[in-house]
Amino acid sequence: MDLSFNIQGGDFTSAGTASSQVRRTLKELGVDASVIKRVVVALYEAEVNIVAHACHGTITAQINPERVFLQLVDEGPGIPDIEKAMTPGFSTASQEVREMGFGAGMGLPNICRNADVFNIHSVPGKGTTVEITIQIK
Amino acid sequence: MKPFHHALSIRREVCTGCSRCIRVCPTEALRVKDGKATLHPEWCIDCGECFNVCPVRAIVVEDDDIAQIFSYKHRILLVPSIFFAQFEEKLTLDAIKGILYDMGFTELCTVEQGADLLVDEINHYIEDFEDEKPVISSYCPAVVRLIQVRFPSFSHRIMRLIPPLEITAQYYRNEYQKNGVPLDEVGIFYVTPCAAKIAAIKAPVGGYTSPINGVINMSELYNKVFLAYKQKGTSEHEHCTLTHSSLSSIGIRWSTTGGEAVNIRGRALAIDSMPNVIDFLERLENEEIKGVDFLELRACDMSCCGGILVQDNRFLIRERIEKSAEELPLKHMLDQEFKNVCSGHIPMDPVEPRAMIKYHSDLTIALQRMEESRRLRLMLPGIDCGACGAPSCEALADDIVCDRATPDHCVILHAHRAGSEMLEKIWGKKHFNKE
Repeated sequence: MDLSFNIQGGDFTSAGTASSQVRRTLKELGVDASVIKRVVVALYEAEVNIVAHACHGTITAQINPERVFLQLVDEGPGIPDIEKAMTPGFSTASQEVREMGFGAGMGLPNICRNADVFNIHSVPGKGTTVEITIQIK
Repeated sequence: MKPFHHALSIRREVCTGCSRCIRVCPTEALRVKDGKATLHPEWCIDCGECFNVCPVRAIVVEDDDIAQIFSYKHRILLVPSIFFAQFEEKLTLDAIKGILYDMGFTELCTVEQGADLLVDEINHYIEDFEDEKPVISSYCPAVVRLIQVRFPSFSHRIMRLIPPLEITAQYYRNEYQKNGVPLDEVGIFYVTPCAAKIAAIKAPVGGYTSPINGVINMSELYNKVFLAYKQKGTSEHEHCTLTHSSLSSIGIRWSTTGGEAVNIRGRALAIDSMPNVIDFLERLENEEIKGVDFLELRACDMSCCGGILVQDNRFLIRERIEKSAEELPLKHMLDQEFKNVCSGHIPMDPVEPRAMIKYHSDLTIALQRMEESRRLRLMLPGIDCGACGAPSCEALADDIVCDRATPDHCVILHAHRAGSEMLEKIWGKKHFNKE
């Protein structure tokens, strides 16, 4: 089962559509609730990253009996130092945004924590690709 | 797992197969077959949405005959405050009570007396809840079943405390027992505003057995009381003292929207009507909602004021309850006695999940069927006309892949293939050439 979604940068109204659709699909298939929860948390974080930082992106979700594979490709500013971005608490958000309760620097670490396999590749000035695998069995 | 006990059933001889019910069912448990609505018993949650839309009253509530009260020497009627609020102000509380005594009941007790003691219990329960919140109220049995069937992963969040009705029933049974009355002489009856509460009393969740002996249909009792009033006027019983009907302002509001949530110390939301409840639970599953401690969820619009067996307009009922609440004290007369007798009997076992199997329990087969169903959806017209007997084109596609229907069930597709030009004139070509 393959699902794909187009994500528009800055469109917070639609943010969460992909994770919601993937959740619904997994639930209809009868996948274990704890697996669905990890998929939803990881995908929602990654989806919101595209909306908040990139111009445009695509999400594909491949579901087979063994695993869920998510690929998120965006055209955006990219991440200059991935290691730093993966550090819990590191954030590029301004003080103002942080005071609003966003940009706590937990996005990427949270995705990583919920994934069985996590890959990230980024070219500054071009964009970022994130790949998440979560085992069903 | 025991099969679901249902309080709603379809009178096949009355059903015209009009298909109104299949469209409103929140679990898509209804199909039209052989000209009659038929029910998937494992999916039906007794919410009564179908009952509300049936134009010929083919859907009936299976209640107990009021005559059976006479098999008991002591005949106790548990009356929800909603019942009294159905009547216009000129029919006073005392007059209604008098008529009920005339009908043969020996004691009238208001249901929501059991609510007051729950306030502290629920707040402690939420504070001690170690799993992820929100805790979900166990009050509305249609919501409890909805969660079991459609949101099984939230079953463990349903508060493991029995509702006020059961607390009150236990209290009065205990009173009679304490006074040396043999329990087979005591009949406890409940006037229900909905079908789900009947199902919940006959087959409770959480390893509980209800002491309630019979359930009386609120709509029928309303008619009987109103008729007696019209024919005979008020009764001679009018001035009997009725301490057991004392209520607090907390209690009387309990069955209305917000009646529980307002007493919660943390962050609590009150949500009523089935579409709103489902939407919120889906958002909760999407991880969109954070930091809420308690959810009061009610299946009916305006909660029990909008129950399927309740007469008169739900907004007027709510208004009457509010008006009465303003005159009531914060605690009722028996508050302390209730605490002494019932506090130890409020916890129940966890509610067990009963997930719907949509495609197949084997994931490989489920995936194949889902993919096939999505291909079919592209072929089907997507106008959800219901002529196939399923509530939507999506539901028909699922029925086809699970061998419950065939593509021939789609009459639109049939007519289009047979060369009907009218269809493209009405719906446009794109409905029929989607691939």
